[in-house]
Amino acid sequence: MTTDNKRLTIPKPVAKQAGELDDRLHAAKGVRTLLRKVFPDHWTFLLGEIALYSFIILILTGIFLTLFFQPSMTDVIYHGSYTKLDGVRMSQAYQSTLNISFDVRGGLLMRQIHHWAADVFLAAILCHLLRIFFTGAYRKPRETNWLIGIVMFTLGILEGFLGYSMPDDLLSGTGVRIAEGVLLGIPVVGTYLSFFLFGGQFPGTEFVVRFYIIHVLLIPGLLLALVSAHLFLMVHQKHTQMPGPGRTNANVVGQPMYPYFMVKTGAFFFFVFGVLALLATFAQINPIWEVGPYTPTAISAGSQPDFYMGFLEGSLRMFPSWTWDIGGHTISWDVLIPALVVPGLIFTALGIWPFLESWATGDKSYHNVNQRPRNAPTRTAIGMAGITIYGILWLEGANDIIAVHLQIPLYLTTEIARWAIFIGPVIVFWATRRICFGLQRRDASMLTHGVETGIIRQLPNGAFVELERPLSEGEVAEIAAPSPSPTAAITAPEVDDNGLPEPALRGARGKLQARVHEIFVEGISLAPPTNGHGNGHGNGHAAIDGESERAAVGGGGTPQAEDGGATEDGE
Amino acid sequence: MSDNDRDLEDTPAERQAPHRVIGTPAPAPGILADPERGDGDDGGKGTRPYGPGEAEAPELDELPAENPNPVSARNWERVAAALFIVSALASVAFIAAYVGLEVGGDTKGNVVVATLRSNLALGSAMALAFLAIGIGMVIWVRNIMPPVELAEERHPMASPKEDRQAFAETIIEGAEASQITKRPLLRRTLIAATLPAALAPLVILRDLGPEPKGSLRTTVWKKGTRLLVYGTNQPITPADFDSPGGMITVVPEGYQDNDEALAKATAIIIKMEPGQLQVPTRYDDGADGARTLLNSMNWTVDNIVAYSKICTHLGCPAALYEQTTQRILCPCHQSTFQANTGATVIFGPAPRPLPQLPIATNAQGYLVAQSDFQEPVGPSFWERG
Amino acid sequence: MRWITARRRRPLFGYAAVLLALVAVGMLYAAVTGVGGSTASAGSGSSSAQIAEGKDLFDTSCSSCHGLDAQGSSVAPSLIGAGAAAVDFQVGTGRMPLKEIGAEAAQKPPVFNQQQIYAIAAYVASLGGGPAIPTDQQVSTAGADAGNGQSLFNANCAQCHNYSGAGGALTDGKYAPPLTNATNRQIYEAMLTGPEAMPVFNDETLPSADKRDIIAYITQTRAEANPGGFSLGRIGPTTEGLVAWLGGIGALVLAAMWITAKRREERTGDHG
Repeated sequence: MTTDNKRLTIPKPVAKQAGELDDRLHAAKGVRTLLRKVFPDHWTFLLGEIALYSFIILILTGIFLTLFFQPSMTDVIYHGSYTKLDGVRMSQAYQSTLNISFDVRGGLLMRQIHHWAADVFLAAILCHLLRIFFTGAYRKPRETNWLIGIVMFTLGILEGFLGYSMPDDLLSGTGVRIAEGVLLGIPVVGTYLSFFLFGGQFPGTEFVVRFYIIHVLLIPGLLLALVSAHLFLMVHQKHTQMPGPGRTNANVVGQPMYPYFMVKTGAFFFFVFGVLALLATFAQINPIWEVGPYTPTAISAGSQPDFYMGFLEGSLRMFPSWTWDIGGHTISWDVLIPALVVPGLIFTALGIWPFLESWATGDKSYHNVNQRPRNAPTRTAIGMAGITIYGILWLEGANDIIAVHLQIPLYLTTEIARWAIFIGPVIVFWATRRICFGLQRRDASMLTHGVETGIIRQLPNGAFVELERPLSEGEVAEIAAPSPSPTAAITAPEVDDNGLPEPALRGARGKLQARVHEIFVEGISLAPPTNGHGNGHGNGHAAIDGESERAAVGGGGTPQAEDGGATEDGE
Repeated sequence: MSDNDRDLEDTPAERQAPHRVIGTPAPAPGILADPERGDGDDGGKGTRPYGPGEAEAPELDELPAENPNPVSARNWERVAAALFIVSALASVAFIAAYVGLEVGGDTKGNVVVATLRSNLALGSAMALAFLAIGIGMVIWVRNIMPPVELAEERHPMASPKEDRQAFAETIIEGAEASQITKRPLLRRTLIAATLPAALAPLVILRDLGPEPKGSLRTTVWKKGTRLLVYGTNQPITPADFDSPGGMITVVPEGYQDNDEALAKATAIIIKMEPGQLQVPTRYDDGADGARTLLNSMNWTVDNIVAYSKICTHLGCPAALYEQTTQRILCPCHQSTFQANTGATVIFGPAPRPLPQLPIATNAQGYLVAQSDFQEPVGPSFWERG
Repeated sequence: MRWITARRRRPLFGYAAVLLALVAVGMLYAAVTGVGGSTASAGSGSSSAQIAEGKDLFDTSCSSCHGLDAQGSSVAPSLIGAGAAAVDFQVGTGRMPLKEIGAEAAQKPPVFNQQQIYAIAAYVASLGGGPAIPTDQQVSTAGADAGNGQSLFNANCAQCHNYSGAGGALTDGKYAPPLTNATNRQIYEAMLTGPEAMPVFNDETLPSADKRDIIAYITQTRAEANPGGFSLGRIGPTTEGLVAWLGGIGALVLAAMWITAKRREERTGDHG
């Protein structure tokens, strides 16, 4: 391909049409800006896309399913192709699901893609949430987007629950029964809520229809609106980026939307669809014909909800028996706390987190560059402790499966969970923090001393030294990140000229804030190496593969003890 | 920002303080951030590159038209082209599989196997079609399009003070023009008008369902209702049900197919060894002073005891019975009830024992209920008391 | 903390940490598994003409726990009234003779051949009656109604054995075993005699025809292909969630890493 071909020109008919559109829309500048938008590249930025594309695939496959599914609880006797269930009484909803699976070509495939997409959608949201959390991408100005995300997460969980409950099979019907039990337990209004939702006593004849319309219309509508807002905000505020060469808080470095990002994201859509199709081909999911139709007289061992409801299930299993009967009324703590208080706390904590952290660190500045998790040790430790709590709840939700397959006595699994839920997060918090400090020390050591090359050289005096190469500029840019270190931060309340503390820092709340602040900003500063200053550690401008030696400071190149970096955290 | 200058000009004394690189949070100068300080401008002003002495952010005016490595690009083009062709063929295969493979009533052989075949064919074709095109597109971007890195400037999020000022002015102008601030009668009656309108949509949902009233307190069991074995729908005599360690689900006669009734009325009967059954006589002291009998040996027949199958935790059928330990285990959340001593809770979250159904035999010798359950079955609710 | 920090670079410290972690995890696992213990109990039997042969076999292999007159002992229940069906089940599935006393008598390869099992069964039945070994006609599934079997199975069996017969957990380390290997007769006998913790479903409560329907349901489910792909153990959303995370998210994360990876030239600076 030589260099002097004619440049492309836009064909006349296309140009004419574009002109017609622009006449009406005044779009040229805006669309051009959009096409030139720069998208930074990091694989963790694609986690949200997994969720987005799974959502689109859910809508596409969902439309297919709505064409065949009958959301009705009318009892029928089955006489269809799946002869094992011939003569069995079931609802029309269940029958139409059997129909989709066995009588509609591609029906089972669509059902399975839909269900796998739902699982992957929520798993991707969780991964995306964790990525945003651990890199601090929710900080100003992106708190609103974080809140929108939490709301979408909650809606997604509800949507999934409603979705898999619609076929009215034994497994999902049990989940609906449990949900009804939780509703009943709500003080004052519980019985009314339950009767209004189910149109009377459980199971009634209404809930499949009602779930259906909420599942195919109300929540998808809300989700579409929220995801549009979420994406709009992301484009308007521009995406964050990981630290690296040329990346500042005031720019975005990456590849333009057109043509690069469009093709990448389009390819990823096909990947998501392809992986989901692979799963739907080779991994059976929700085989309702094996489970059987729902009847309130039957139950299966090893009944679990889909994984994203698992933490609620574990929460219910873990809780001991506790109830109050006072004044003619019953308060079922054994239901209210695990099913309502625990998720309430979790989602509230998630929602207020950006504001909490901003209060604790006193940090009100803009952040468009992400933090590596190790550079925010307390946040990362809190996040890991949160994951531990969630994880223990989740595992306990499958405790009977674990009991039977790992041969651990059933009650013991629950006893372990009851202890672990309190002890686990504390241990994990402490350990994570230490690990972060350790990683920071290593980074600090690399910044000052460079990277070990594994090349050993013998000096004239007989001593052996390992050569280290200084970090390249790109590498420095990626790992340098001085955290607000204690020496510069406030460890005591600010005082005015007369020695009196600032009003807002007086009293219990002020002292609490000061102490929290101290814990939060604790960390090891990772300043980029200075250039050519007389600490004898190479000049930082050397070529990457050069063998610049470490000039000795005070004597023959003895390897330095490496239990320091820049400023330590007082250990 | 003054912090910018530190990197190039720090003295040994200044080097005590940690170096700060633009774009990372400032060492918190104080917990109380000064709202007037204009922190918000941080995101817009920084123009220096990240870190001292590293590469400048590339600024390109136009994208390169040619790949700098044409030979490699040509080879990769062939690979991508092959993948796209594979994808096209896979899509055709999908259509062929759809048309060619029958399922359901149209198949001659085993329906499940036919579905398996069809699912396998359709799914593999679809997966291949999507993955091939996806991989081809990625190869296109990574290896055929020339490498490019652009930097785009961010604009400060905070609007300039003048804009904010103008906005505030507009609001105030509009409020004044609307007169609403000066006319309390108008304002207050307007608010008064919206309140009932806001309540109405909630009120019209009232007919979603009936009021619970007392329906949760009773089931369809009555004096003389025969116990039918669920599934076979046959009545049962103690002579039939005479193997110690036996357990079976029973439903009230006449309601075998009524799911709503069964959701509360389903029960289990258990036959114990002689001497094993020791149901205590237990009363419930109601709020109004009335004593209700809840458990009694008089409610058993020939070492056969009947309990509600509906778990008192959240309503799952508490169906698992271990004859060696006489435990009833609910598989949902592992609430465990000791069947020979009145189904008391020995583990798990269930708040109260399984209600006991009083049973006796009728004139023909069949097991019948003496009455309804003496307490509400199933999950607790506010009005239960 | 200073102590650990100061020594963290010593090579031995790394080994010590790994060793400590291994020991801790191993001890933890050992502590929680294999806990619990209760002995098995058996059902009833029937009579036959091989009683003498049966008595010899019984005296050699069973009497050490069950007593010379099958009256039971502190470690084993009495077999008087247990019946031939119980013996056929327990010995035929290899659960008896019991190898070790634990929470559950596990299935293992049978020690005796079928003729010997019939002999022992006949002997035990002669001691006190009990359920007889079901006839071939009783356990044949020809003409059985699997649909009826499905409702009965879900109502009476699924709560322990799981909807697909994959088995389930009971208390104190006991478990309801998976139904993958049980023969028709063994299923019938288990229902009839209620081995170990399983309840008894005698023929008056759950008639023979209904038992056959249940057996038909179990055998058809077992033999059935999985149209959706690999069955993932047929235990439901637990394994499905695992596959969604490891398979789905895993594959997509790998794809994302590939899409966003720096090109070779960008990494090494080699544009040639």
